[in-house]
Amino acid sequence: MEKQDYLELYHQMVLIRRLEETAAELYQKGDIGGFLHLYIGQEAVSTGILAARQEQDRVITAYRDHGVALNAGLPVNLIMAELLGKETGVSKGRGGSMHMADVSKNFWGGHAIVGAHIPIAAGLALADKMEKRDGVTICMFGEGATNIGYFHEGVNLAKAWELPVLWVCENNHYGMGTPPSKASAVSEIIQKACGYGMPAYDVDGMDVMAVKNMVADRLAEIRKGSGPQFLEVLTYRFRGHSMGDPERYRTKEEVKKFIENGPIDRYHKFLTEQKIASEKELTELQKKADKQIEEAVKFAEESPEPADDTLFDNIYVEDLEGGA
Amino acid sequence: MAIITMREAISQALWEEMERDPKVFIMGEEVGVWGGTYAVTKGFLDHFGAERVRDTPIAEAAIIGSAIGAAMAGMRPVAELMTMNFAFSAMDHIVNQAAKIHYMFGGQMKVPLVIRAPGGGGRQLAATHSQTPDALFAHFPGLKVVAPGTPEDAKGLLKAAIRSDDPILYIENATVYQQRGEVPDGDYTTPIGKSKVQREGKDVTLVTYSKMVPYSMKAADELAKEGIDVEIVDLRSLRPLDMGPVIESFKHTNRAVIAEEGWKSFGVGAEVTARIYEEAFDYVDAPIQRVAQKEVPLPYNRHLEQLALPQVEDIIKAVKEVMR
Ligand SMILES: Cc1ncc(C[n+]2csc(CCOP(=O)(O)OP(=O)(O)O)c2C)c(N)n1
Ligand SMILES: [Mg+2]
Repeated sequence: MEKQDYLELYHQMVLIRRLEETAAELYQKGDIGGFLHLYIGQEAVSTGILAARQEQDRVITAYRDHGVALNAGLPVNLIMAELLGKETGVSKGRGGSMHMADVSKNFWGGHAIVGAHIPIAAGLALADKMEKRDGVTICMFGEGATNIGYFHEGVNLAKAWELPVLWVCENNHYGMGTPPSKASAVSEIIQKACGYGMPAYDVDGMDVMAVKNMVADRLAEIRKGSGPQFLEVLTYRFRGHSMGDPERYRTKEEVKKFIENGPIDRYHKFLTEQKIASEKELTELQKKADKQIEEAVKFAEESPEPADDTLFDNIYVEDLEGGA
Repeated sequence: MAIITMREAISQALWEEMERDPKVFIMGEEVGVWGGTYAVTKGFLDHFGAERVRDTPIAEAAIIGSAIGAAMAGMRPVAELMTMNFAFSAMDHIVNQAAKIHYMFGGQMKVPLVIRAPGGGGRQLAATHSQTPDALFAHFPGLKVVAPGTPEDAKGLLKAAIRSDDPILYIENATVYQQRGEVPDGDYTTPIGKSKVQREGKDVTLVTYSKMVPYSMKAADELAKEGIDVEIVDLRSLRPLDMGPVIESFKHTNRAVIAEEGWKSFGVGAEVTARIYEEAFDYVDAPIQRVAQKEVPLPYNRHLEQLALPQVEDIIKAVKEVMR
């Protein structure tokens, strides 16, 4: 890896962090509505994964999707505009926080029904297999999602048909307020993959380099025809499930313990200790991210609201004489 | 008579029924430690314990499926779906199992199950999380569907539902939990399958239910200022549908408006209109008007969402239209 690549990962993680902190503020102000699920604490996961993917690899995830969107290359201005519900947003203000997508970046969306995108990911991979393309579909979901039927049907099908999918479970220890120990037959999610006969791995999701290297290896094997593989990424969300979570299910001490060992601080330390980057260079990147977010807010605020007469746009692909 | 919120009414009904009958228990996502996504079951875990206030995995088919089984074996489960939108993940169990079992096995088995689920739009949750699919569920014989519009009926109908031996979908609306109203003191039930005149008037019959009840009340207050005297009939139950008070009212007003939050096509308004034409055609003085959601998946953008949802002004306009 070149120095520039190392710095780029740092920049992306900091940019996600700033985006999320700013989104939280905008939510408090009432500029963002609906549900807002922050990625703070989990930045190394999507940053590592997307750093390892190739252009032809699709990515699809759940509603906690801002980080993935940024890492997949969606412009931060357009992400911010979507959060504010503007016409310039990635989903034209129709989707909001939970439904970002950009097909041109091979990012197939944030999806808000828990687990529903898992069988969809199998289908994306099926199309690639049928058309003999060498892309791998990377499907990300929470550990809570492994308890819903969709998960079991989707991963089973992927193995039965040997589809090129990398299943990535982001185990952040809670699905809303429920830990796996109270909702899952097995607390090590990786065991579920074994039941479906696929190679399964786990990795420290607070270590961006570990995630990147692990995912690169998995993608290489799948590309060579290994069939689907499963990766459990151990991580933690520092904020509530969404805005307004009373957080009765965990202690402040537990959260503090994880924050002290957070993914950005760890990578920062790694870069300086290994003499890959200087403090000054990293501070520059932080400032750059601050500025980008500032500009994104400005762009989003100045963007137009969708016009009333666009309400019925895009319900169908084809125009209908009879209306919707 | 006490004045309480919709949330308190539902909560009190659950509490009192759990105190009354040890076979009544609650299950659903985040009903325990979290205290219910909409705080309806706050304090229940401490009082009734984890056996009877059961946090479940994110697994709607398993929630409804296992609740059906427990009901068949003599328990009285109240299964909470976090929102109506997640009922689709349990559709087979609601439609093919709960609604069929009593009939299909010649009356041998019964399914005394209550499914609670809040629906409705208006909170910028975008297309998958904002639906009002009430009419869809009312389509299936074998399932009872109730949807209260006042705290009094919320409490009385839930108590009646819990005591009923049939499977019942109890529809709440997430935007009116704070709505206040008078409730009778002591134990009471509201009959399932009985419509009610919530406001007397002589000029026009306004048929409605659920969240559109308070909207209709507001509209009626406005219209009264202009000398239009609106009679409001609250359906309260969609199946069985009690047309008695509707027809009776229509026979003296000869004009009707039906207001619902869901989509117009194939909706509650369509059903009620058809029945009025079937049962009271000779009394029709003006084409019946329907007020409903515009035919579009709800967008995230606040302004577009409100544009798509039925508003008090839409009801006022429709009433004036039938009065022309
Ligand atoms: C089918 C369905 N059921 C319930 C929900 C409500 N819900 C949204 S997120 C969530 C928790 C998911 O936890 P997990 O999969 O671990 O992801 P995390 O939020 O931790 O990233 C729940 C219950 C939903 N969106 N869809
Ligand atoms: Mg989780």
